[in-house]
Amino acid sequence: MSEHELLPLAVLATSLLPGLVIFFLPEGAVRVRSVLNLAGATVKLVLVAVMLWGVSRGENYAVSYPLLPGLTFSLRADSLALLFVTLSAQLWFLTTIYAIGYLESSPNRARFFGFFSLCVTATVGVAMAGNLITFLLFYELLTLSTYPLVVHRETAAARAAGNRYLAYTIGGGAALLLGTAWLYAETGTLTFTPRGFVDGSGASSPVLAAIFFLLVAGVGVKAALVPLHGWLPRAMVAPAPVSALLHAVAVVKAGAFGIIRIVYDVFGVEYAAELGVTDALAAVAAVTIIYGSLRALAQDDLKRRLAFSTVSQVSYIALGVAIVGPLASIGGIVHLVHQGLMKITLFFCAGNYAETLGLHKVSELDGVGRRMPLTTAAFTVAALGMIGLPPMAGFISKWYLGLGAIEAGATWAVFVLAGSSALNAAYFLPILHRAWFRAPTAAWAPVPAGVRAETALALLLPPVITALLVLLAGVLASVQYSPQEWATLVVRREFYAP
Amino acid sequence: MSASSLLPLLVLWPLAGGLLGLLLPRGAGPLLLGVSTGNLALAVALVDALAGAGKVAHSVGGWSTPLGIALRADGLSAVLILVAGAVAPLLALYASAAYAGRELRYFAGLFLLFLGALNGLFIAGDLFNLYVTLELLGLSAVALAALGGGAAALAASLRYLLATITGSLAYLLGVALLYRATGTLDLLQLSGQGPALPGGAVAFALMVAGLLLKAAVFPLHFWLPPAHANASPPVSAALSALAVKAPLYLLLRLWLSTYDGAWPLVAELLAAIGAAGVLWCSLQAVLQRRAKLLVAYSTVAQLGYLLLALALVPAAGAAAYGAFTLLLVSHVLAKAGLFLAVGNLARRAGHDRLDGFERVVQHLPLSASAIALAGVSLMGMPPSGGFNGKWLLLQAAIATGDWWLVAVILVGGLLAAVYIFKLIEHTFGGSDRPDATALPRRMEWAALTLAASAVGVGFLGQPLLRLLGGVP
Repeated sequence: MSEHELLPLAVLATSLLPGLVIFFLPEGAVRVRSVLNLAGATVKLVLVAVMLWGVSRGENYAVSYPLLPGLTFSLRADSLALLFVTLSAQLWFLTTIYAIGYLESSPNRARFFGFFSLCVTATVGVAMAGNLITFLLFYELLTLSTYPLVVHRETAAARAAGNRYLAYTIGGGAALLLGTAWLYAETGTLTFTPRGFVDGSGASSPVLAAIFFLLVAGVGVKAALVPLHGWLPRAMVAPAPVSALLHAVAVVKAGAFGIIRIVYDVFGVEYAAELGVTDALAAVAAVTIIYGSLRALAQDDLKRRLAFSTVSQVSYIALGVAIVGPLASIGGIVHLVHQGLMKITLFFCAGNYAETLGLHKVSELDGVGRRMPLTTAAFTVAALGMIGLPPMAGFISKWYLGLGAIEAGATWAVFVLAGSSALNAAYFLPILHRAWFRAPTAAWAPVPAGVRAETALALLLPPVITALLVLLAGVLASVQYSPQEWATLVVRREFYAP
Repeated sequence: MSASSLLPLLVLWPLAGGLLGLLLPRGAGPLLLGVSTGNLALAVALVDALAGAGKVAHSVGGWSTPLGIALRADGLSAVLILVAGAVAPLLALYASAAYAGRELRYFAGLFLLFLGALNGLFIAGDLFNLYVTLELLGLSAVALAALGGGAAALAASLRYLLATITGSLAYLLGVALLYRATGTLDLLQLSGQGPALPGGAVAFALMVAGLLLKAAVFPLHFWLPPAHANASPPVSAALSALAVKAPLYLLLRLWLSTYDGAWPLVAELLAAIGAAGVLWCSLQAVLQRRAKLLVAYSTVAQLGYLLLALALVPAAGAAAYGAFTLLLVSHVLAKAGLFLAVGNLARRAGHDRLDGFERVVQHLPLSASAIALAGVSLMGMPPSGGFNGKWLLLQAAIATGDWWLVAVILVGGLLAAVYIFKLIEHTFGGSDRPDATALPRRMEWAALTLAASAVGVGFLGQPLLRLLGGVP
């Protein structure tokens, strides 16, 4: 087996193996567990860096194994896969540190970290899946491995949220399975191919359109497209690191990534537009963007507000995908990374407020900036990025999306973007105002003796780092290996005919 | 040892072990483990022999048909003997921890007889020996079901006995009709002749009705849930995983070979009752409040998939035949693991009510994982044997244009997810009970190994299909 086959497997193994070992470690083995987790996360980062370097020079990393006649398990690290793998490898590393700090002294940590690692394995698998069946495999593994994280607290509310989550995602999985089986019966292949493989397969247009809607409905559940988003706000009962992971890296991103794969590598965006299905997708995305923002406005619970904000923001990706043209594509897929960085920062900060001061509601945040300046600064950077202010990462996404919409003549989309930005401002700016400019209403819990920072370092560093990344991704957008440059490379290499 | 002498050994070795187990006053545990492991070695040797030849045959005592007893093994026989052989040592391991004394002795004896009968059935070359092995299998299964000894178990096994004897009689009557018409019972000689024979249709109807009753296929499943739910875990596992598969195997042989897949109506009927079984019994499983009953209803539902696959073989060929085999194999592994795991939960809790499993996920993590892994295969999620089977079945149904079957398969999968997660959710709930009795670890490991292999065979689809060969 050559290194080109070994690397994708090794990237999976860096989270799969620690996860499996952790299940069998005793609950008290905190140090061994943390070392395993962090070692796995570090090795993954190194391996991903090697592959990034290789792929940018045109190397191919792929491995496959036959499952059934005509059906293969296939991993392939193409440039699009690496965009997502890099994001999840980085954020996994930070979230692990955060989770170790957050769950200190809470029960069932072995189980938590075991499934946490499986969850990341599934995400990386989703990213590197070389065909639709492998994608389906990891997509379902993701459903199964996040369920125990959602019900982690074992309360009645957690179990109800878990059931809701399953009802949506398993239903979505069934739609995806049907679409996949049907597509295979029609075309005889499932391999992701640049610019798609269904054009010229001989299948009729209405059948292909039906398959498209089945597939997109299947992944749309996880991407929380309205009306398939109902599980996401409920899943907020999970611990903060889980929310961070769910919203920024794993679940909703796997759904959004699925949309990207289906449009560009199964159908080909130009052929999908010929079928007329991209217009429908664009409409759903636009509705989701506005609806999510409107609902976010009305939430007083901070995590719920962030959850509805996710519903809205993830559909930027779908919108960018549905508008035909390289600029919109760049905007859509770069937002996959940018939204991840911004949203994970926001959830880390929300977790810090809850864990350090017991604050869960927006209305309780008056003056919190004085007690926790660094956390609040990180929150501010991410929130301004969400609104789309330069020089934050979110601005780059919106800029390309807007240019792409104009390029494609879809002026209405510009209005959707502008309206959404205004709504983003309307639900984020009041939080910032409260945190920085209002006087605290209650006496804060005193800083524990011996702690010099505003909260535990394991909780403080991850959001500060991700906030810096939000800034860097915006300021250094045109440097090589920046998310925006990589997205441009992906779009040029894989999505449109040169 | 020549390949063909493997065949009689596969029957004689477990049968001798079973008789010894019933007679010997002690040493039942090691005997059970040793004989079932030896049987697995024989099964592997058979697979190895078939990999080159494709078919193996043996005439007992050198007498050829129609006088002698013919034993034949093709790909399907080998796959089934292999999977039964793989499950047996794990059930033996579990039983050696779960039982002691007289109970262990009886289990060892009866289970090995059961295994010998099963092997015999999979390689019998004529309809009469198929009857003999079927009868021996049924009787040893009933005796096993009564082993628990409680009033409920006895009542349930009496019903089971009634069903299995009625089924055998109907089958035997059909065989007699065939014999009168042809003068032979050899499967090879009868091949393809069934539909044209005088009384052939009646014989077929009788045999099929008897077999469906014995397989507990919907709507003839009334006897199965109480019998499987009231037996002790290794017995439930053996019955649900193995016993009910034998009549379906026989049905496949009869219909596809002797009757050459005749009469479109048969395919339609099989598909209809299969679909009804999938939907109705999955729904029943969802509604159960006792874990073992839930699992038992899941068995009847999964048998429905096997009928669907069988019904599609004449029209869809290899895809449906592969679906039948892979679904069967993965159900054997998953259901055996699931029954053992649920048995562990029930043993710890002292009952099997779903709402009374107090946080077993914390106390029996291996069993909880076994439930989850077996569940993955039963729901048909990738990667698992269950998924591979379901995929081939979907392909077969799409290829023949049976979209209503596609819908049934998907809805059945969703219902399976509901009942599996009902089981899993209850392992997360409730309060702590640290004082409950601890379980021997091997009882947990046996369950987990079986369940994990149901997922693992998802990666063995190609070699299994190669061993299986084409539609006979």
